[in-house]
Amino acid sequence: MSQLWEVFVRGRRGLSHVHAGSVHAADAQMALRNARDVYTRRGEGVSIWVVPSSQITASTPDEKDPFFDPSADKVYRHPTFYNLPEEVRQM
Amino acid sequence: MSADLQTQFDALIDADERIEPRDWMPDAYRKTLIRQIAQHAHSEIIGMQPEGNWITRAPSLKRKAILMAKVQDEAGHGLYLYGAAETLGVDRAELLDLLHTRKQKYSSIFNYPTISWADVGAIGWLVDGAAITNQVPLCRCSYGPYARAMIRICKEESFHQRQGFEILLTLSNGTPAQRGLAQDAVNRWWWPSLMMFGPPDADSPNSAQSMAWGIKRFSNDELRQKFVDMTVPQAGVLGLTLPDPELRFDEETGHHHFGEIDWTEFYQVVKGNGPCNEQRLRHRVRAHEEGAWVGEAAAAYAAKQASREGVAVA
Amino acid sequence: MTAKISAGNTDPMARPRFIYALRLGDDALILAQRLSEWASRAPEIEEDIALTNIALDLLGQARALLDYAGTLEGAGRDEDDLAYLRTEREFTNVHLVEQENGDFAHTIARQLFFSTYQLALYEELISSTDELLAGVAAKGVKEAAYHNDHATQWTIRLGDGTDESHRRMQAAIERLWPFTPELFESDDVDRALAAEGVGVDPSTLRSRWALSIAEVFSSATLEAPQTTWSSHGGRRGVHTEGFGYLLAEMQYLHRSYPDAKW
Repeated sequence: MSQLWEVFVRGRRGLSHVHAGSVHAADAQMALRNARDVYTRRGEGVSIWVVPSSQITASTPDEKDPFFDPSADKVYRHPTFYNLPEEVRQM
Repeated sequence: MSADLQTQFDALIDADERIEPRDWMPDAYRKTLIRQIAQHAHSEIIGMQPEGNWITRAPSLKRKAILMAKVQDEAGHGLYLYGAAETLGVDRAELLDLLHTRKQKYSSIFNYPTISWADVGAIGWLVDGAAITNQVPLCRCSYGPYARAMIRICKEESFHQRQGFEILLTLSNGTPAQRGLAQDAVNRWWWPSLMMFGPPDADSPNSAQSMAWGIKRFSNDELRQKFVDMTVPQAGVLGLTLPDPELRFDEETGHHHFGEIDWTEFYQVVKGNGPCNEQRLRHRVRAHEEGAWVGEAAAAYAAKQASREGVAVA
Repeated sequence: MTAKISAGNTDPMARPRFIYALRLGDDALILAQRLSEWASRAPEIEEDIALTNIALDLLGQARALLDYAGTLEGAGRDEDDLAYLRTEREFTNVHLVEQENGDFAHTIARQLFFSTYQLALYEELISSTDELLAGVAAKGVKEAAYHNDHATQWTIRLGDGTDESHRRMQAAIERLWPFTPELFESDDVDRALAAEGVGVDPSTLRSRWALSIAEVFSSATLEAPQTTWSSHGGRRGVHTEGFGYLLAEMQYLHRSYPDAKW
């Protein structure tokens, strides 16, 4: 019957859409409207995406180590890795 | 393998990290959460009824608007919570069936009737006050989706208690008849509100496990005491009395001492023998059954549209 | 009531404006009251929220309009005096908005008919020379557009859904169709205010309304009803029988405590 949809809301212009929660609806148009009524009653959004929950491909926790740990030791990617002389305060 | 997973899970809990939907979790943890979140969601949905009862009769247009927005929030909160439960692998329809067939419960407080306008004030002040006391610690619950739903709910609920307090304050400062309404409502809602925190710690066998899992952060009695300490001075501001002759501030403990709660009444209501258990469930089931054809129509239309557009139905 | 009006504002144009603001305000108030009866009873929880959003928009419009009506009257009545202390014969809403909710199809049909009318009305009223009416219309036009979209989406889904939903939707439009001509009736008040650029003559909205409704019916596979009888009298304070019960429920508490503040 009704499907589950994930709802993403853009809080204001300049921001990304952020996951807000889910709604039920039989089709995309109704899902959008339901999301509007359920998640933006207090002016929380200027734009909404809805995606069928079944259409999301997610990484699994089992893959967590190979997926994310290799990035943990690349400290040189972070600005704090570099020493700057006192005279150069901001870069 | 399973031992490994259990170790990982325990390590996350010990580190006060959040468990997320696709993580491995012990069956009992999952079951406890599903039951608790569903019960919480059901409470929001059933909780629409006692206050909704006064929307059409609200005594001013401003109060009508506030009450409508509040009851609507409860529907919204029910949905946030059903959404959180669904991340655990159950479907909302299944959970509603469990509610409708009395296999899952909702908060017993909603089995008391709202027989005067002042009850709307008392529910906001006392019932929402107790609910917030219960809910704030849940914002740090170990299960991520539940904690996130609770953060949203607590943020939105901050106006609920205030509007109730304001109703009572207006009544209390109003005509003698209005003042009478306010006192009568507080007299009826005080004890049931204290029962909302559940049985005393000694009779609450599942609490320890929930605390260990980081689902529960404070015991029933701790939360109840916190609520009483917070509420008694507010009653003073309202100029209303609380119906407990034993109520007094204890200098030694720094807390308010209060009288014995009638747990017989509590268990009677939990078992289904409260004044409104039958009515609330009947109302809910009726809305569900009478509305079923609408959902069927929406699904049928979606299927037709999909085939017209030559798109496979997801 | 008449005595109070003549005792108040002495500007000769204030009286028609008062009547006009009251009509628009009463339509919004009574429809909000009917919609609010759905709380905790809607077919889906999502829909409970949607119907309440619509009711809240309408209630907001009603409050602004009744408050303004009170000012125009100049007799010291505020929004609550006008909502709670008038009798059946003093309300000037159209019959459509006071009709009972019925099943979801009836509520949707009522929403479709009214929101299509209100959207067209507000689109015109935006350019009113009356600043307050123009302001209510500017805000209301966005709300009415959403209400209209909501009603349209559902009319199509129910009309073109299952056999049962089609039958119910067709029955609903047939039941409520006779209440639609009243939306477009104009009298001296409407015509005078329209001539002045203050109000909108509702009879000018009819063809737009009919076109829009016909489009929705066609998408929804619904047949336009063929009825000869139609209902009239709301603007003159003559209502259908069910209206007294609506007022009794809405007003009882306020009236029970005459000196109270809430």
